Amino acid sequence: MSYLVNKQRNILDFALSSLLRRKGKNLALVAVYTLVVFALASVMFFAAALKKEASLVLSATPELIVQKMVAGRHDLIPMSYAEKIRKIRGVTAVEGRLWGYYYDPLVRANYTLLVNEKTALPEKTIAVGAGIARVRSAYRGSTMNFSSYEGKPMLFQVRGILSQESELLSADLILLSATDFRRLFGVPEDYATDLTVQVRNKKEVATVAAKIQQMLPDTRPILRDEIIRTYEAVFDWRAGIVIVVLLGALLAFLIFAWDKAAGLSAEERREIGILKAIGWETSDVLQLKFWEGLTVSLTAFLLGTIFAYVHVFLAAAPLFATVIKGWSILYPNFRLTPFLNVFQIAVLFFFTVVPYTVATIIPSWRAATIDPDQVMRT
Amino acid sequence: MIELQHIFKIFNAGKPNEHVAVEDVSLTIEAAKITVLRGPSGSGKTTLLSVLGCMARPTSGRILLQNREVTSLPSRFRTEIRRKTFGFIFQQYHLLQGISVLENVMLPAYPNGDSFAQLKQQAEKLLDLFGLLPKAASKVEWLSGGEAQRTAIARALVNNPAVIIADEPTAHLDTKLSRELMEIVAKFKAEGKTILIASHDPIVHESPVVDQVVDMRDGKLMDSGAA
Amino acid sequence: MRKSSIFISFILGCTLTLGLAFLDALFQKAGDLPLLRQEIKVVETLQLTDFCLATEARHTRHPSQSDWHSPFQSHPGALDHFPSGAIIQPPERIIKGHELPR
Repeated sequence: MSYLVNKQRNILDFALSSLLRRKGKNLALVAVYTLVVFALASVMFFAAALKKEASLVLSATPELIVQKMVAGRHDLIPMSYAEKIRKIRGVTAVEGRLWGYYYDPLVRANYTLLVNEKTALPEKTIAVGAGIARVRSAYRGSTMNFSSYEGKPMLFQVRGILSQESELLSADLILLSATDFRRLFGVPEDYATDLTVQVRNKKEVATVAAKIQQMLPDTRPILRDEIIRTYEAVFDWRAGIVIVVLLGALLAFLIFAWDKAAGLSAEERREIGILKAIGWETSDVLQLKFWEGLTVSLTAFLLGTIFAYVHVFLAAAPLFATVIKGWSILYPNFRLTPFLNVFQIAVLFFFTVVPYTVATIIPSWRAATIDPDQVMRT
Repeated sequence: MIELQHIFKIFNAGKPNEHVAVEDVSLTIEAAKITVLRGPSGSGKTTLLSVLGCMARPTSGRILLQNREVTSLPSRFRTEIRRKTFGFIFQQYHLLQGISVLENVMLPAYPNGDSFAQLKQQAEKLLDLFGLLPKAASKVEWLSGGEAQRTAIARALVNNPAVIIADEPTAHLDTKLSRELMEIVAKFKAEGKTILIASHDPIVHESPVVDQVVDMRDGKLMDSGAA
Repeated sequence: MRKSSIFISFILGCTLTLGLAFLDALFQKAGDLPLLRQEIKVVETLQLTDFCLATEARHTRHPSQSDWHSPFQSHPGALDHFPSGAIIQPPERIIKGHELPR
């Protein structure tokens, strides 16, 4: 046992000495390699954390939403539809939601106006998201002017600011009473933006959706499942775009690393010959090359992964955030909750450390099998 | 004791550029003696040394190392024999550039898996013996010709081999250093090591410490006798 | 000190740091739990369906609620997922919609 450990440590010693001979070149290689791992790991961590956050937070979203479609476009839904849906077996509650968008030319931002019965805001008062409070410098007691669908000005008093901690969801929200909403947008009394449906048995949601579709062919049910999957797809694809953008750099690195790892110079060939002549076996030479490859790739992997963690979860990903999160004028301030798992790290390891190490060993194979007596003849 | 029986070494056998480097050489090398292979360049000295040192297999013939047949052993065992029994001093020294003197000397012992401290001690002892200890941390390319040679010798000795093989060891040395080298060789002999030198330098084969001179020409032995 | 000792210490140090990152992630997660619960509560009370990540257009503010025919939607049954829609077909399940099996 100690024989094996001693031997490997001896070979590692020599591998390090050997790498240190071309210090500048190898350090540059490790630096670029680290950068590549860093970029990949950052994107991976970021997308995974967003996906996890989405699936966690949106698990509380209504399990079934019914929209009315007119000529392929989302339209107001009559409350009479709610009555029909309520009669379907398994449905426990149907509620109309009132929500819409309002463009504020003053700050050139879009707000989402939303009625929430539970918040029970008196008429002429609103609660605004932290993002709006920021761009409009709104505070409790300040007023905001809106223009109704008829062009009449409507003045609202800010009753509250929505908590900053939920900005990821509520930065652009304005909560108001149902009466004010209808007055502002001209939505008739017996209409809602869409309906939320509660189903007793979670397993029946799809069946209920199908029944609604059959009964009310001009509607479109949206399942919670689909919403969560949408977000997974969105973040996956955004991460994918970053990777595609990085692909050029990645390939360039691959060529560089391949050339560095795989191309044996005449000098290196000569050295392998000397090692064989002084009594190293073919396998010893290959072990040397293994350690050389592992030294570079393991260093880059560990440093890159650590830097990525710091970048994404301690520094809020300044490099990729906009691409992956999206952009807007009313951009929410939020900090991602880190979700790390061993699987991610393992995937990263297999895609970074293993190929490089293998690329270092394979080309040495032939050189390592040369006859040791060639050294004598030169 | 090493015994060579009808050794042939033919390169590119059967091709138009076929070359017989060693032809029917039978030779006995006594233990704890100095044997010199003498001959012009191209006479097959180096090839014979590499066949003898388990570096290359002969095309035909047998080599007995302490009455053990070694030509037909698998290459793993031949490598081990080479590492533990033979110490090589190459004509061009073949030190690894960019690596310290100490590490160059330790290199042949790395695959043995001995403790590092022990190995380092052994290497430092050898460097001390050759007055190279102050240079232990220097890179080999900063050494003078004589220092490089002595480093190469120290490397050949690190595994404490029974046989030392030197190919044209004085080719890059002046007269003074060549004589010093022969003194070192004489010390090895006194320690009971078997020494085999290929050289056409008179300082080597006319040296009084040499026990046997073997003349080679065109891959064949001419005659042999005591010097 | 031996080069290999230095290197092995370095690798161990890095591995330890990575371990610390895992630990930090756990702690941050534990610290964020109340916040996450609050977010879940906001979603539940306000019956929200989407993150507020891109507020400029409805198909980005509420990707899950957009029309059947929104700019980057690949299929009326598919939820918009720009820019993937331009490249990849949405899953079979989504294309089929919610009809009862006949």
